[in-house]
Amino acid sequence: MTSYAMTQPALADSHTRDVGWWGMALLCATEGALFACLLTAYLYLGSGSPRWPPAGFELPKLGMPVLMMVVLLASSAVLAWGERGIRSGHRARLKAGLAGSILLGIVFLALQTVEYHNKLSHFGPRTHAYASLFYTITGFHGAHVTLGLLILGFTAVRALRGHFTSSRYQGVSNAALYWHFVDGVWVAIVAVLYVSPHLS
Amino acid sequence: MGIIAEEIGIAPAIGNRLREHWETPRTWLARLATVDHKTLGIRYIVTAWVFFALGGLEAALMRLQLARPENHFLSPEAYNQLFSMHGTTMMFLFIQPMLSGFSFYLAPLLIGARELAFPRLNAFSYFAFLLSGVFIYASFLVGQAPNGGWFAYTPLTDVQYDPGLNMDFYALGLLYLGIATTAGAVNLIVTILRLRAPGMSLDRLPLFLWSSLTTSVAVIFAMPALTAALGFLELERRWQFVFFSPDRGGNPLLWQHLFWFFGHPWVYIVFLPATGMLSMIIPVFSRRPMIGHTFVALATIATGIVGFGVWVHHMFATGLPQLSMSFFGAASMTIAIPSAVQIFAWLGTMWNGRVVLRLPMLFAIAFILQFTIGGITGVMTAVVPFDWQVHDSYFVVAHLHYVLAGSSVFAIFAALYYWYPKMSGRLMDRRLGLTSFWMLVVGLNLAFFPMHLAGLQGMPRRVYTYSPELGLGPVNMLETVGAFLFALGGLVTLWNAVRSRRHGAIAGDNPWAADSLEWAVSSPPPPYDFARIPLVASRNPLWDDNLGAGPALDDGRQTLRTTALDAEPERPIQLPEQNTWTVVISLTLLTFFTGLLLRWSWFAVVSGVLTLFALARWLWPAPMRIQETET
Repeated sequence: MTSYAMTQPALADSHTRDVGWWGMALLCATEGALFACLLTAYLYLGSGSPRWPPAGFELPKLGMPVLMMVVLLASSAVLAWGERGIRSGHRARLKAGLAGSILLGIVFLALQTVEYHNKLSHFGPRTHAYASLFYTITGFHGAHVTLGLLILGFTAVRALRGHFTSSRYQGVSNAALYWHFVDGVWVAIVAVLYVSPHLS
Repeated sequence: MGIIAEEIGIAPAIGNRLREHWETPRTWLARLATVDHKTLGIRYIVTAWVFFALGGLEAALMRLQLARPENHFLSPEAYNQLFSMHGTTMMFLFIQPMLSGFSFYLAPLLIGARELAFPRLNAFSYFAFLLSGVFIYASFLVGQAPNGGWFAYTPLTDVQYDPGLNMDFYALGLLYLGIATTAGAVNLIVTILRLRAPGMSLDRLPLFLWSSLTTSVAVIFAMPALTAALGFLELERRWQFVFFSPDRGGNPLLWQHLFWFFGHPWVYIVFLPATGMLSMIIPVFSRRPMIGHTFVALATIATGIVGFGVWVHHMFATGLPQLSMSFFGAASMTIAIPSAVQIFAWLGTMWNGRVVLRLPMLFAIAFILQFTIGGITGVMTAVVPFDWQVHDSYFVVAHLHYVLAGSSVFAIFAALYYWYPKMSGRLMDRRLGLTSFWMLVVGLNLAFFPMHLAGLQGMPRRVYTYSPELGLGPVNMLETVGAFLFALGGLVTLWNAVRSRRHGAIAGDNPWAADSLEWAVSSPPPPYDFARIPLVASRNPLWDDNLGAGPALDDGRQTLRTTALDAEPERPIQLPEQNTWTVVISLTLLTFFTGLLLRWSWFAVVSGVLTLFALARWLWPAPMRIQETET
């Protein structure tokens, strides 16, 4: 076998996944494993305690975290709508999608501040392992949301400069993947930190 | 081989064009920030050698202390710092970076690509590795080196029992190093899955890369457990959070679970690439293809997966439920099966081949013998009652050194002698190599075999001295003599490597008449690796005379992207050149972690912001590529 039906191919446009997307997917995988470790630590300490949340801590209220979840899922949906837009060349739709998801992300962080304000009036992070884990996990997620917003902001600046076209939008796909991941983690956090105590 | 291989390797007309695109510019800044995977791979290997020497020095000091009973050469505190840093250095700063250094150097060459998938990330991860090592070693300057062991059990490492900066250097330094390790793993996975030359379907992937791939995936899922554990430790030590203190709902076993959920996969991360190296070397010096290639690949993956289900065998002495211990004991014994598959595949290859005893092969054979000993003691310690007997004794020290020093380190020596000619263009000296080999073999067995006996007779590990009544003085003296012989053997190879740079015999492209693609190009390889992307049609492309010459892709820094399973060509991709911001980020991260260490909050915050800024500058597309986008 000496010849292959292949000469010098051009840097053709492609709709297949770029190596950058694979890199981002692996980053999400390792970060997902990190959140899994944090949530497992919560469940592990809970399994060794007669009551969880322990005595003196009330069951977490569900209204706020569910509202926050709705906000984040909505921001994911808006971003996906914008990403689909640029695939068919709608630059304005991409910009709108990015702006919308950034705005909803900021709303999430504002609600997180309100939630912390309520929680801190009941217990601080140093009072008990339960409290330490609660604030560590949610705080770490908040840091991820902040980083996600910076990534979306970076992508928005690029979008305003006209970097993306119907055939070149890998930067959008990679940023979107990270954002969807961060949103998905919040669903897992709501399930473990907020809902699971109501089930036992 | 022959004409086609020459076309892939040399091709002068294309070569000059490619050299323009690929050569690192001759300015000091460009060289510092170079993205050439070959330069970076060698940097990794050299830096890891320095840490090997430091870890060896720590071991030598410990062996001097232990040579006689009731010795006062070292204080208990100094001894604690030395054994902690010895373990931390060897596990985190030597073996893993050394093995990845070989992967970064070899992966593109073995798969017929021109670079790693993320060249700038590679430059960053090298500097992050280097600086995190410097960070951890800076602890010696203030006399507060980590002193709670490389596995840092709580509550011993909690702030009330260990109030200095010692364990903060450890935790923050390893958090930083974890970023470098994870980045390297991502880079290798994407490279191996997406940049293989056309025709190199996964079943034709060289076995060394099967082990790189497996361990990189293991890093992705194991490293987070260490990150979580270290984060908890620092929050508990510095900010009075609670995770491990039982008084407010914590549990010290949480540390052990998290640490060993990371730690045992890590043991395979620092071991499997060594087996992959052997699977490259043994067939070449048996003059025949590897027997059971597919089974060895599967055994590698199986070891990586089962490695996630055995962590509790480090915790048999913590009073866990019987059922859990039985499960983890059985799982640990299961590991013997894939390991045996690999050993028998090597033996079968040698048995059916014509063995040529060159230096890499000698180290490989010593590996097989020593790994068998370390493997058998591994099965013994998987038996719960036996483990209770020898737990925390020198028997365990003997076991783990047979696997790490006797196996991984021997594979690293084999790999050094094997790939040195490719990296430098010259062969290493055989006489010096043989001297080094015998010193290492005799030294290793003299140092570590008696530890089995000392351990069975009750000598505890991690204690700075022992009483003369134990009667273990002579055995310990023997171990010390062996350890020094081993260290000297290592230095002889180091001298050999330094000397052969100028005085070694010219190697030529393929001095071992080997089968894999890195030997198709010149030694050392040109900056662009391959003048034409090779077209692969078998597992041993240089032996089977079926290598094709694909596209030259000389329109910039390009390599070919192919599909993950079958390596069908998809499209050429453009790769970035060096970028100084990668180096800047490694420095701002260093100042970030220094700020956390010294509690200079503002300093850490500023460093964090600078890191994000530098990251944005790094990721901002180069002007040329924007124009390309807009047309």
